[in-house]
Amino acid sequence: MDLQYWIWIAVGLSFTLYIGIAIWSRASSTKEFYVAGSGVHPLANGMATAADWMSAASFISMAGIISFNGYDGSVYLMGWTGGYVLLALLLAPYLRKFGKFTVPDFIGDRYYSNTARAVAVFCALIVSFTYIAGQMRGVGVVFSRYLEVDITTGVIIGMAIVLFYAVLGGMKGITYTQVAQYIVLIFAFMVPAIYISFLVTGHIIPQIGFGASGTDGALLLEKLDGLHKELGFHEYTSGSKSMIDVFCITMALMVGTAGLPHVIVRFFTVKKVSDARKSAGWALLFIAVLYTTAPAIAVFSRTNLIETVNNKPYKLMPEWFNKWETTGLLSFNDKNDDGLIQYRGENAVNELTVDADIMVLANPEIANLPNWVIALLAAGALAAALSTAAGLLLVISSAVSHDLMKKIFRPNISERSELIAARISATLAVILAGYFGINPRGFVAATVALAFGLAAASFFPAILLGIFSKRINKEGTISGMIGGITLMLFYMLKFKFNWFGGGNQSNWWFGISPEGFGTIAMLFNFIVTITVSAITKAPPKNIQELISNLREP
Amino acid sequence: MITDKKTQYWKKNIKYISVLLTFWFIISFGCGILFVGHLNTISIGGFKLGFWFAQQGAIFGFVIIIFIYIFLMNRLDQSFKS
Repeated sequence: MDLQYWIWIAVGLSFTLYIGIAIWSRASSTKEFYVAGSGVHPLANGMATAADWMSAASFISMAGIISFNGYDGSVYLMGWTGGYVLLALLLAPYLRKFGKFTVPDFIGDRYYSNTARAVAVFCALIVSFTYIAGQMRGVGVVFSRYLEVDITTGVIIGMAIVLFYAVLGGMKGITYTQVAQYIVLIFAFMVPAIYISFLVTGHIIPQIGFGASGTDGALLLEKLDGLHKELGFHEYTSGSKSMIDVFCITMALMVGTAGLPHVIVRFFTVKKVSDARKSAGWALLFIAVLYTTAPAIAVFSRTNLIETVNNKPYKLMPEWFNKWETTGLLSFNDKNDDGLIQYRGENAVNELTVDADIMVLANPEIANLPNWVIALLAAGALAAALSTAAGLLLVISSAVSHDLMKKIFRPNISERSELIAARISATLAVILAGYFGINPRGFVAATVALAFGLAAASFFPAILLGIFSKRINKEGTISGMIGGITLMLFYMLKFKFNWFGGGNQSNWWFGISPEGFGTIAMLFNFIVTITVSAITKAPPKNIQELISNLREP
Repeated sequence: MITDKKTQYWKKNIKYISVLLTFWFIISFGCGILFVGHLNTISIGGFKLGFWFAQQGAIFGFVIIIFIYIFLMNRLDQSFKS
């Protein structure tokens, strides 16, 4: 059957499923809208968290980035999984025990201050908006490549779907659609991986396969290291980044993960404290399935790519090569006019540029897999982007309707009006995110990676110290959060956007890139918070009791 | 609950957390980053060991750590109720 039919069937079926779930799980109270009535089973919450967490970037870009960077790509693998250990051990159980709706809720109550609450709302909005715009863009790219509509139409279709189930069902609708989306996306990711692993190495488990030897008897990783050396790339299994930078980026991503509001809020939806721990465990297990497969796909596709194109005549390239050329994500420039493709590490002689994003999407075509596998991949990529967008949307809408309106500006608002306000702010947030998806600004792509640094520099110390110290007070936390996020924003604007005099790699502080600077900004936050708290007076008695209560089983 | 018992519960919890976070640090930042060069001289199952930790082992380890904590805390909660 024709590829286009397969894609319409896969995408159509999955969308029908999401809409069906949305109609079945409408929210009728604010508690259902914000935290799904706190009645979600830990296993279901684990799946929902996994889908919430794995965005278009995890699904489409990550394996490609690892493919091109080898060992250096490990920062994403460890960074985006290790944060769950911090969540399960240090944050999630206590936040569940606290039992409110949002992260600013916790910060506002624990630090007995609406100023702290407002600072938290501001941080939550910055982090979530930078993130969601990237998701809508991802939806647009997948639609335009696979369904052959233009990006604008793609984004609008995506917006309509998310709007439908997020506005109708709130957290309840989002949770159960995310469960379905996890199943779609993991199936879509694993089928081609297993297929290719079996074709190349004879192992059906990709995690074992990429350490094994290929059909020619040579170990895949050794062969790849050899090819890389020969062509002038850095060795695949060792890195080109400095150790301190790798360390700091990994730390910033881990701590940032644990501080992201849309991840934390998922743990408010389970019944009890022990369920919060359990669902963190399930979530990481479900995430690990994709994250341990991605480096295997990276190796298979890298070897495949080099062997298919390098030193081969341009005229004999298969169909997928030309198809991706028209998207601009792949380009060939015959510098020495010999009609052969020279793929080299050195810029002066390299003739082929490949965008990292196409590795996962083109992989099945490069490996000649059947059409239904490619269609599945399209549905999976959409599931990954939509599920993350919906989770972020809820954080934005609850920050506006609950934290700002109900808790700060209009405490007397009725339950019904708050629910209406939540739905209106969700709608506005989708429209704004869609606008950025259709008209991407340079800053959007650059800031998605930095959202982690911002979360690490603002939320993580405030929440952690709020639980593990009774001495930290509102003066300390407010100055720490403002100090941390300001320092992070400053570094980001200086080295990513050339403000404040700009600078290049040689000017980085301690040799740390903007992506890794969240670690330094977080340490700065800790120091400021602790120092300021020490010289101002301890929190009142009722707050100390609240903290004792959080620590009980 | 009696205050003394509560303090004990919290102290035990802190002990579990510190031990498990030490392992968390060793398998990722230790084996995957700081000592990756040394471990790469060893090869197992077609992988250089340091590289394997950075791209596979650390992730498996994280999952195991969380499930150990779930087990320990459930047991602690139980002994508390009785």
